[in-house]
Order: sequence, then structure tokens, then C-alpha cells
Amino acid sequence: MPLRIPILFHANMQHSIQEVTDEWPRMSEIIETVTFRAGYNTGMVIGGTALLGLAAGIIGVFALLRKRSLMTDALSHATLPGITLAFLFAGTFGLESKSLPVLLVGASVTGVLGVICVQLILHHTRLREDAAIGIVLSVFFGAGIVGLSYIQANAPGDSGGLNHFIYGQAATMRVGDVVLMGSIALVAIMATLLFMKEFAIVCFNDAFARVDGWPVGLVDLFMMALVVLVTVAGLQAVGLILVVSMLIIPPVAARFWTDRLSVLVLISGIIGATSGYLGATVSALFPRKPAGAVIVLTAGCIFVLSMFLAPKRGVFAHAIRRVSVRVKVAGDHLLEHVYESRQSTLTSDDFANFARMQGWSPLFQLLIRFALRRENMLGSKTRREIRVTEAGLERGARVSRNHALWEQYLVSHADIAPSHVDWSVDMVEHVLSDELIHELETALRNQGVDFPPSLEGVG
Amino acid sequence: MTVAYHKKPVLWDVDYDAPANKLIAIVGPNGAGKSTFIKSCLGLIPKASGLVEFWGQPYRKVRSRIGYVPQRESVDWDFPVSALDVVCMGRYRRIGWCRPVTRKHKVAALDCLELVGMRDFANRQISQLSGGQQQRVFLARALAQQAELYFMDEPFAGVDAATERAIIQVLRELKNSGKTVIVVHHDLQSVPEYFDEVILLNMRVVASGPVGEVFTETNLHKTYGGRLTLLSEAAEAIARTESGV
Repeated sequence: MPLRIPILFHANMQHSIQEVTDEWPRMSEIIETVTFRAGYNTGMVIGGTALLGLAAGIIGVFALLRKRSLMTDALSHATLPGITLAFLFAGTFGLESKSLPVLLVGASVTGVLGVICVQLILHHTRLREDAAIGIVLSVFFGAGIVGLSYIQANAPGDSGGLNHFIYGQAATMRVGDVVLMGSIALVAIMATLLFMKEFAIVCFNDAFARVDGWPVGLVDLFMMALVVLVTVAGLQAVGLILVVSMLIIPPVAARFWTDRLSVLVLISGIIGATSGYLGATVSALFPRKPAGAVIVLTAGCIFVLSMFLAPKRGVFAHAIRRVSVRVKVAGDHLLEHVYESRQSTLTSDDFANFARMQGWSPLFQLLIRFALRRENMLGSKTRREIRVTEAGLERGARVSRNHALWEQYLVSHADIAPSHVDWSVDMVEHVLSDELIHELETALRNQGVDFPPSLEGVG
Repeated sequence: MTVAYHKKPVLWDVDYDAPANKLIAIVGPNGAGKSTFIKSCLGLIPKASGLVEFWGQPYRKVRSRIGYVPQRESVDWDFPVSALDVVCMGRYRRIGWCRPVTRKHKVAALDCLELVGMRDFANRQISQLSGGQQQRVFLARALAQQAELYFMDEPFAGVDAATERAIIQVLRELKNSGKTVIVVHHDLQSVPEYFDEVILLNMRVVASGPVGEVFTETNLHKTYGGRLTLLSEAAEAIARTESGV
């Protein structure tokens, strides 16, 4: 391949900027590539990268749950010196210096060495994990860059493809390399699924697992080995800077959607595979565009969408829940107010006054009225007043009684001065369960304290 | 069973021989090494010197007969598993390597949840349980281990009244079926009510033996030093022992 390999970063960037002027691919080309029909080689690359994404998504779940996500970053950066060393010394052992397996073995060795260094630093110093990872990551990467420039200066003709390992270039992979990558990914997937139960118990509670007789150290080692395998397998396609994102982003994004480990593994795998597929496709359509960046961007988009839109754990869902609790509490206050003023209607003046005292914004007032009307607590409305329904009055009565019960309990049991009671009562009365109310009643009765009669009497 | 070890920094010359089929409390002030004691017995912390034997054998050989309830704070409760999944972990060693959790084991795990009054919460994600409920899930998992000797690290810490009742009921049932339970305990008042034997620990064994003989004011004073608040608590507990509660 007559490809010039610029080593310096800015040179490389200029190289990329020139490529931007590449022609935009035709629609038919796009469709062919997307549907695996753009030739055997391209199809293999896309399939292989998707498989790698699947593997990374699956094993990444356990790296996340074992709180080792950042460790994988140190690992991937630490592979670079291994690649250069393998390239330089392969010849000495009579091996083909550009053969992928040789380079990947080198990458694994220094990658694992990097992880061991982090552990040693943690064990023998008082440094925290983030600092230890930062040191190892940058020092190993620096060593790798030195190695690369040495190769560039001394064996420029041969060094083709080495810096693909930094950014990744899926489209230029040979079929043999893709098969190697795909096989490693497949092995990692199968091993993870087979040992899911063991991984889960070690990740959740290692002390219990150890007492229960599981070789925790060995299981940990095996998990780390799978992470190393996937990282190293992804180096050529995704590049060592970004391969770690395939291990971290899919599980984190998937975590928003589920509380079940098996589903988490599935969703994370799908996100990983989708990112891998899109990354490799784009890389095939725009030759020599780094697939890694596209993979990360795809996964990143899925993450952002998940963070906001996930039904239970998402930011929006969370905000909606918080607002609806506030609306419910405010509605309670309003109905309590109506009940205590012994009326069955709410005049608009009264409402405006109450809203001002409570500090409700106009929008919030609308929300409260909307919510109460939807629950049939508020009835028909004229210009001057709103009718409060039977159900609304009953809810007001219940809140009022809970309020009084709790107040008396605090005064008689918790030795809180009556003048200080009200502020702590305000939230609690809305969350009292029937069981708790019953307990309160019993406690007050035993103390011989008067408390409001039950609702049947009020009704 | 012989438990004897010597560990310089936290525990010195601990020598204790636990009787079988008893509920045993380990009591002592904060930082006395109660958890360390349990963890060293179970091989979770390396010991400087000494020997721990269960039924005359080293721990490795009798692992399957030992159950463990770790401290609740020791795990991340946002882990993506349900209460039932956690209890099933107690069955893993019966299930063996790489084999899936079968229906039979799930039924067994559900029975354990039933014993701690948590069957209705089986499918709840564990972060949605209250502290006491989480503690009961841990207890159910230990029951699922079907061990003969249980180690429990602060099972009563920060739990509600319902959980405390459930736990003590389970402890009594375990005793009635011939098991031995060693519990790290922090509430002096309930020691005479709940336990048969007590180990008073403060970096060394101050005293150990049947509650009636060992749980005395002098021994508690030795264990807790001159801490006034704890002493008054202890005095009250002793008063209750003597009045035969």
C-alpha cells in the first residue's frame, strides 16, 4: 500500500483535512455499504467491527459494575509501547514485524503491564486510583510516541499502518486481520455469557463470593483478560485512544433503560454493535476516515438520548416525577385549605391569595388546577369560583387530619415545642401510609392524647 | 471449633472456642475489631499469625458449611439485580460453575425470602428497598446457603422494628434447627434477650462465655472503659438480666 504515514499529529490532521475534499458517496454506494453488499472486504470489515462492538458492550458491563471502567483507559493507552516494541524486535525473533498477531501480543503485554503498574502504585503509595491511572496512562502513551517517532526516523518505508493503531482505520483492514478481530470478539462474547453468574456475584459482593468459595482473584483476572482481549482486538479498527469508549459508553447508556443484569448486557451489546456497525460503514464510505471517532460519536448520541429520555432513570422522567410530587403536595395544601375554611367552593380571590402565600408561580398554579381537575377533585368552574368535589373535600379532610395527628405526635412524643412543629409537619403529612397513620393513632391513644376522630366521623 | 489468632494492629491474642448450637454475640465499642474478627475467621483479611479452625478443620475444607451476612454498606445497592437475584446468589455454589439458575433454585430462594417476610418484594430492584428490607434480603441469601455456622456482621444496624423482629425470629429458628450463629452486635440492651453467649471484644477478648456469667458490669466496664453514656446503657441492660427478662 503506497501510503505515506505522517507521525506527527498536526501533519496527520492536515492529511485528514485534505480528505474532507473527498467526494460525497453516491446514494447507491451508501445503500450497498449499509446492506453489506459493497464487496466482500468491506462487508467483512463492517461485520467484524459490529461484532467487536457487541463484545465490548457485553464485557464492558462487568468492567462498569466492577468499577474498573477507567482502568480500561490506562490499559488501552499502555498498548502503544508494546506495538512499537513488537514492531522493532519481531525481526530479531525471526517474525514478520508487520504481522498483526505479533503486534497485538506486544500490545497485550504492555497493556497488562500498565494495569499492573496502576495496581502497584495503589498498593504501595497513598495515591488514589484516578491519579495512578493518569500517571500510567500518560507515561506509557508517551513511551509509545517516542517509539513511533524512532520507527519513523529509522525505518520509514516499513512503518506503514502503525499509527492506525492510534486513531483506528477500519476500512483499510485486511480480511485476515478482520477474521482475527472477529474471532477474538466471538470468544469474548461466549466466555462472558458462560460466566455471567460468576462475574455477577464477584462484581456485586466480592467478600460474600469469597466466603461462598468462589476464587474471586481468578474470576477478576479472567474478567480483566477478556477486557484486554477486546481492547487489543479493537486497536486496529477503532484505535487505542477511543477503543475504551466502546467498553464504557454502551453499558452506561444501557443502564438508564433497565434494572436487570441480563437485559443490561443485551442492550449494552446492541448499542455497542450499532456503534461499531455505523462507525465501520462511515469509514468505508469515506476512505481513510477514522472509524473510532464515528463509533464514539454514535455511542455518545445514544448515551445522551438515554440520559434524557429513559423512562425511569432518565433526567426527564426524574424531573417529571419531582414536579408531580410538588404538584400533589400543593394540591393537598389547597384542598386542606378549602376543607378547613368549611366551604365547598374556592373563589378566585381566595385562590389568588392562597397562591401568593404559598409562593406559587402562575404556571405552577395552572399545573395544580389541571392536576386536581384531572383527578376529579375540582369540578365545574365559573368566572368567580371553582367548585370542589366530594372527593376533593374528602382528600382535604384526610390531609388535615394527618397534619393534626403528626403534629400531636411530635408534641407528645418527640418533645418538640408546639411553635416549632409546623414546618416539619408540612412534608410528612403527604407521605403518611395507612399503616403509619394507624401506628400514630395507637401511640396517641396509649398516651391518652386527644386526636381528631377518624374520617368516617367527618365524612 | 477453635478460633485462635494473633493480629498485631487491631486484635491481639484473640482466643475463643465457640460452642455449637448457640446464638453468640460479639460486642464491643466502635473500632474494637468486631468486624475484623469475623473477617479474619473467614479468611477475608490476612492474619498476622494464629490459627482458625472449624470443626477441627481449616476453613477451606468446610466452606460449604459456613454462611455469611456482610455489612449492608459493603455493597453498591444500585446494582442491577432484584431481591430474588441476590438471594439466588446464596445458591450459586450448589448450582456450580457456568450452570444457569434453574427453577428449583429460584423456588428455594423464594422460600428463603418468605422466611424473612420479603416474598412480596422478590422482583423489586434492590435499590428500591428500605435499609431494613435490604438487610433481610442479605439474611435470606445467607439462609439460601444452607450452612451450619453463620457469621453475621451487624445485621441489626439501622433497621426498623419489623426487620429486627424478623431477624431475631430467623435466628431463633436457626438455633432450633441446630445451627450456630455468630453475630456482631452493637445494642447492649438486647444482648441478654437475644443471645446465649457473648464475646466482649476490645482489641482483645475481655471476656467470653454464657451471657449470664460473662455479661456483668465489671466486664462491660473493662470493655468500654470509662465511657459514661455507654456505661449507663450497660447498667440498664444488666438490671434487666438480673431481673430475669
